[in-house]
Parts: sequence; structure tokens; C-alpha cells
Amino acid sequence: MSYTSVDADEVRHVATLARVDLDDEEVEEFAAQFADILTYFDALDEVPEVDAETELVNVMRPDEVRESLTQEEALANAAETEDGFFKGPKVS
Amino acid sequence: MAADLNIFVTEETVESDADGPLSGKTVAVKDNISTEGLRTTCGSAMLDDYVPPYDATVVERLKEAGATIVGKANMDEFGMGSTTETSAFGPTKNPVDPERAPGGSSGGSAAAVAAGEADLALGTDTGGSVRNPAAFCGVVGIKPTYGLVSRYGLVAYANSLEQIGPFAPTVEEAAELLDVISGPDAKDATTHDEGVNSDYMSAADGDVEGLTVGVPTELVEGADGRVVETFEDALSELEAQGAETTEVSLESVGHAVQAYYVIAMSEASSNLARFDGVRYGISASEAGGGSEGERSEFSGESRGYEGNWNESFARVREEGFGAEVKRRVLLGTYALSAGYHDKYYKKAQDARAWVKQDFDAAFEEADVLASPTMPVLPPKLGESLDDPLQLYLTDANTVPVNLANLPAISVPAGESEGLPVGLQLIGPKFGEEEIVRAASAVEQ
Repeated sequence: MSYTSVDADEVRHVATLARVDLDDEEVEEFAAQFADILTYFDALDEVPEVDAETELVNVMRPDEVRESLTQEEALANAAETEDGFFKGPKVS
Repeated sequence: MAADLNIFVTEETVESDADGPLSGKTVAVKDNISTEGLRTTCGSAMLDDYVPPYDATVVERLKEAGATIVGKANMDEFGMGSTTETSAFGPTKNPVDPERAPGGSSGGSAAAVAAGEADLALGTDTGGSVRNPAAFCGVVGIKPTYGLVSRYGLVAYANSLEQIGPFAPTVEEAAELLDVISGPDAKDATTHDEGVNSDYMSAADGDVEGLTVGVPTELVEGADGRVVETFEDALSELEAQGAETTEVSLESVGHAVQAYYVIAMSEASSNLARFDGVRYGISASEAGGGSEGERSEFSGESRGYEGNWNESFARVREEGFGAEVKRRVLLGTYALSAGYHDKYYKKAQDARAWVKQDFDAAFEEADVLASPTMPVLPPKLGESLDDPLQLYLTDANTVPVNLANLPAISVPAGESEGLPVGLQLIGPKFGEEEIVRAASAVEQ
């Protein structure tokens, strides 16, 4: 079993990819825990190749208009809306 | 009583005027199942004020069957946990012993039934989240075959693994609730025709004459001695009623927990990407975090909409998600990231195929498989939260079932030191009748 090391920078990098801010304390705590958890996951290296019997196929249905939420219902849980649209942060 | 045990996140009654098999029955619904007009939080601060504009299919079916919904049951945040302690609304206490955890993640649902706050309850089971709290609270819980029950309206955590399942005081009542919610749904393409006009309730006849019960040695040897003793007594009871037991081997289950967590975390990292504070979730203007300088951007008229889109999302997600959710989203992102996909995610899928194969072989030798549901007795509140890896290991007996998409039931097997022990019966695909029948013999 190989040893998996995870340092604080790596945790910060993954947090950036996942769009989650972390404070320094969380980064340190996660770095320690991730090392343990990922080392445990390393046991997957021992799994033999297995023939998965099913071949996946796409299943499609006709693209047709159906009953759906009203615009008002769809926007009801948004914190900020404007002129019937969701309002998000500016892209910069 | 309910307030003391913190069973419900939202306690509100929705009556149905329909006349059906559940008329006069009260049902608690786990708080990750959408209820029109009734707050649905998933146990998260992120969805503190989320009110779904529609009913989940299972909720529609409850209403059509005449059931009265009595509240939204507490749960581990987004279903991530095994004790209901990761809820943003505080832990639920186990009605059997309020110093102990009710199990998770459907702890509120199991506790509602155990405490008599509801006749029946719905939970969701991604890696054991119905069977685990059923075992710890001394009630019956069923994880149906994948595809038997519609997931439409369930706030997804790990789509390929999770199913909605019933809780009840008895096997017969749990089977009756399963009859109500099972069957195909045009809104969920993963549902099957099985379950149409089902009569699982009638299968609870206790007749196990000639039934072969396979006992996977791997699922017994790691368990607490007190749990094993109660389990073996229950097995002897089954034998006395005419069942035959035989040892079977599931070599692959030694890798099931790793495979389960890699797959579940990977799916979670994708599913939870939607919570960014724009369509729902706490808004950027409510989220703190960041440095003081950054926070000042969020004051006054800008209402948090200045600055970088990604930074704004990251701040919302820091504020809205609890530690276990962040841990799983980050580990899932890591497992799927370039360079690690083949090492973790692909290998986990191989392990999943291996587990399925092992179960297929075991069902050539036995009609159903039996194991302790949980390898331990219900832990004290706060006892198990510090070490996430140790907590993940308590799911060892339940996660293989989700990986293989099979049905399983947890039925009370007896008590040890005054605490309930659950017996798990696993069936072949769509073998709900077999596990209901065998479980009904355990409770006699």
C-alpha cells in the first residue's frame, strides 16, 4: 500500500476547484484527515479487473413540451431576481 | 417529547382527504424529500429557507393513499453521516436512550417511529441510511431494490446508490408503505415496472419453511461480540421455524467501503455544485467569510454582486455547508481530478462490479443473506464525530447492498445491554417479498 500525502496547498487547490472557501484551521484539519482517508482508499489498488456485464446505451425520449413550473415558482427560492431572471454575481 | 429529542426540523401537518390504505396513518418525511409548500432543508444551513414548489413522487403517492404528513424529519446534512449529528439543526436523540445517537442519516425518521411521533416514516438509503437508524432505534427499515421507488423530488446526494425507503414498527407495516410508494414513474427514468400492484404486505406471513439463509462470514467477523451474540440467537430462531442457514463468502466486501465512499463523494461533488446562492441557497450578501477587506465588498448597495463570480460562490459554500459536506465534496473533487480518476474512481467502479458478482454467486447458494445490520451498538452522542474514517467503517455491512443495487431490510433482532440490535436480510434484485417474509419470521 502506498503512502498518500496531502499537504495544505493541495487541500487549498482542491477547495478552489470545488469552489469552497476554507479557513486556515479547516485546511490543516482536512490535510491530516485526507491523508488518512486517501491512504485507506489506496486499498482499491488490490481490486482485480472484473468484466462488467452490462453495456450502457443511451435511452432517449422525444423532446416535447410538458407541464413545468411557472417562472414565478422557479424564481421563488432565489435570493435576488430581476425582471424574471435569476441575479448572479458579476463575471469579472 | 418531540422537541426534547429534536426529531423534526419542521413540524407541520399536511392532511390528505383521499381515501386509501394509509387513511388515518401519520407519516414523517425525511427532510431531503421535496414537499410542496413545506420547507425542505436537507439538514443544511444552505437550504434553511428553501420551500419546494412541487411534491416528490413518493409524497404524491402518500397523499393519494390518504396519509397525513406530520413533519420533516431531521437528518445528517444532505444525508452525509451515520449518526444524524451533522445536521445544521442539531443532533436527534435516540428515543431508546436519549444519550445515544439514533443512527443516520435518516435518524429523525427512525426516531419519529420509535418515539411514536409518527406511525410510519420515509427515509433515504445511500449507504445504509435507512437500515442503520432502524437498527439503532429498534424499528423496521427497508432499502428497496434500485429503481423500485421513484427518486423524483429527492434532493440528490449520490444518484446511482440512493433509494427512498420506509420505516415502521413492524415488517408488515413497512411493507405496506413500500406497496404505496413503489412502482414506475415517468419522471424518473431509472424506475422499473416492478412494484406495479405489488403486495409486499401479504408476504409478511412468517413462513420460512425451507428457506435457505446465507450468512456471509465477512459481515459477521468484524462485529462487536454483543451484536454477534444477539444476531446468532435470532438466526437460531429462524432455524427453529424451518429455515436452513449456510455460510457464504463475499470476498469483495473488504473493498466495498472504499468503493462506496469514492463513488458517493464523487457523485456528491457534482450534485452539490448547484448550491451557489443564486437559484437557491444562502445568498452571497448573507455569506461572511473572506478577509475584512473582501467582506466590505458585501456591504451597502452592492449586495455582494461585485467581484469575481467564483469567489462569490466559494464564500456562499463556505458559509452554507457543514464540515462533513465540505469533506466529501473536496474528496470527491480530488477523486475525479486529472491524475487521480483512474486511481480512485475507476478502481471503485471495478470494485462495484466485483461486489455485484460476489452477490450473484452467493444467491446461487441461498435465497436471502443475513448479517448484523450494524457492527456496533448505538454510540453515545458526540462519541464518534472526531474521526471521520472510523465513522465510515461502521457502514461496512450496509454499503455493499447499495453498490449492488439490491434490496435489504433491517429488523429488530433483540437487545444487548438494553440497546437494540438489528438483523439485516439482503435479497436478490427485486426480491422484496423474500426479505419481507424472512424478516417477519424474525419478529415472531
